[in-house]
Amino acid sequence: ALPERVKIVEVGPRDGLQNEKTLVPTEVKIHLIDMLSEAGLPVIEATSFVSPKWVPQMADQVEVMKGINRRPGVSYPVLTPNLKGFQAAVKAGAAEVAIFGAASELFSKKNINCSVDESLQRFEEVTKAAKEAGVVVYISLRCLVGQVSPDKVAQVAKRLYSMGCYEISLGDTIGVGTPGGMTEMLEAVSREVPVDALAVHCHDTYGQALANILIALQMGISVVDSSVAGLGGCPYAQGASGNVATEDVVYMLHGLGIQTGVDLPKLMDAGAFICSSLNRKTSSKVAQAACKL
Amino acid sequence: MGNFPTTVKHCLSYEELIQDYPWLARWLQEEKRALTHEYPEYVKIVEVGPRDGLQNEKEMVPTRVKIQLIDMLSETGLPVIEATSFVSSKWVPQMADHTEVLQAIHRSSHVRYPVLTPNMHGFQDAVAAGATEVAVFGSASETFSRKNINCSIDESILRFEEVICTAKQRQIPVRGYVSCALGCPYEGPIEFTKVAEVVKRLYELGCYEVSLGDTIGVGTPGSMAKMLHNVMKEVPSSALAVHCHDTYGQALANILTALQMGICTVDSSVAGLGGCPYAQGASGNVSTEDVLYMLHGMGIKTGVDLSKVIEAGDFICKALNRKTNSKVAQASGDYSVHCRMKKINT
Repeated sequence: ALPERVKIVEVGPRDGLQNEKTLVPTEVKIHLIDMLSEAGLPVIEATSFVSPKWVPQMADQVEVMKGINRRPGVSYPVLTPNLKGFQAAVKAGAAEVAIFGAASELFSKKNINCSVDESLQRFEEVTKAAKEAGVVVYISLRCLVGQVSPDKVAQVAKRLYSMGCYEISLGDTIGVGTPGGMTEMLEAVSREVPVDALAVHCHDTYGQALANILIALQMGISVVDSSVAGLGGCPYAQGASGNVATEDVVYMLHGLGIQTGVDLPKLMDAGAFICSSLNRKTSSKVAQAACKL
Repeated sequence: MGNFPTTVKHCLSYEELIQDYPWLARWLQEEKRALTHEYPEYVKIVEVGPRDGLQNEKEMVPTRVKIQLIDMLSETGLPVIEATSFVSSKWVPQMADHTEVLQAIHRSSHVRYPVLTPNMHGFQDAVAAGATEVAVFGSASETFSRKNINCSIDESILRFEEVICTAKQRQIPVRGYVSCALGCPYEGPIEFTKVAEVVKRLYELGCYEVSLGDTIGVGTPGSMAKMLHNVMKEVPSSALAVHCHDTYGQALANILTALQMGICTVDSSVAGLGGCPYAQGASGNVSTEDVLYMLHGMGIKTGVDLSKVIEAGDFICKALNRKTNSKVAQASGDYSVHCRMKKINT
């Protein structure tokens, strides 16, 4: 049976914009987040407290945090790769933080420059500090569905959950997963972590995202990450698409009779706004179809 | 696990639990089987690119390009390739070279090459040109039928009856299509009982298979499941196929739903050729490459070589001077990156 309600975690302003080449002015970011809040999204990843040296797009992190209009009932998690970022985030008013892990050793080394174990140690620091500060932690676990063994993903997920992360988002980083691999991976992870604490973050690089999300829903997952207008190309396959478009996910969920609290036309407005600011076409098929019909 | 109480041990580790209660693993497996879906072992792909795809492309495609495309597709392992349409060239200029195409393609013994035949006239031309399989196109929407083929559903079925009867006599198999199965660009939502009725009529007249078309791609897994539930009350799943459009990005999720319900024939178009004629600029047919990627990833056999389909897609896109609609083809475009990515592992 499918869930009655699905929580959409909107990652466009952070994950999306971080992977866009064009530098986005601060006021555009703030306006985008405000439009997304108006569209009824319950969780909007606002920015990232990572060093601007590594991610110049997120250099205005404090300004964005302070400039957005925080709608009651909406969460605005921010990325905090380490304790330093965490402290800066709390100072800027963050009430929820997200940390990034990898289930693959190679990916971990290349992406965050340390082994999986080392990264888990860093996270332990952050989650401890977060508990003390009364800040909620959710984690985005990057795994390569079908490429990394499901048991390895499950082990890492279990450790993270036991540290106190309230939600673990399983990311199909290069979008190679298919419903087959997705089923295996979710089966392994849901044996170690309750399914209520799991989310899926599917990339649409091979067009598999919605099929993978459908499988996840059928397996009891009720939290889905997506990005307005499908912002954020795949950093590993130039020109290829990355994040799944929120509009397309919402279209499917509403078609299934699943509630999301999201107003699709307002969401499409937000998508149209950011695409025109970025001077790029939307990656959302719903947006492409709707504006031409 | 050390000195933890047994119950705590079991809560913390699945392995420990199974070690102490081996019967539990078996019970859990049975529960899992009840919850997980069964998928067909083999799915037949009906490649509609050369006909449905090209028919909806603006650029006029030279005959030799069409022939080369079909020949390349014949080498991929695709079991069915819709070659052309014996419709009046006044209506569909893109298909004016139907006879030339059918006669010039290299017909592989492992492949079937159905052609569209809207009426007796087209059927006779098709047979004269050497067709060994034909297809007829109906609709579940009255308005769409009138606007598209200039007659009511009932009138169209009468036309097809003639074709199907004659085809039967000559032992030429006939495939049926029902458009607007999940929604109509003019009427909006269509009653699924109506869809089932039209499908049943075509099947009973003698179509060996009926393909259910989500003509404007508005369907979602919810409506797909409901529609199939209705249709499968009247026609066995083995005689059904799905023809999903990706206009709203729902095609693969809809196809997955159809597979879960027992459908094992899927129509698709190389490179996602054929935009949506009702939403300019929007996508139409689902890409064969993306469908194959999903099926193969699920361990479902198709007999098709994905890399060769990508090559065929690459060829036709260059000839049409357009980008592919296939995400798999786009991602695989940078081959070295693609290969590197495949090597990433723990």
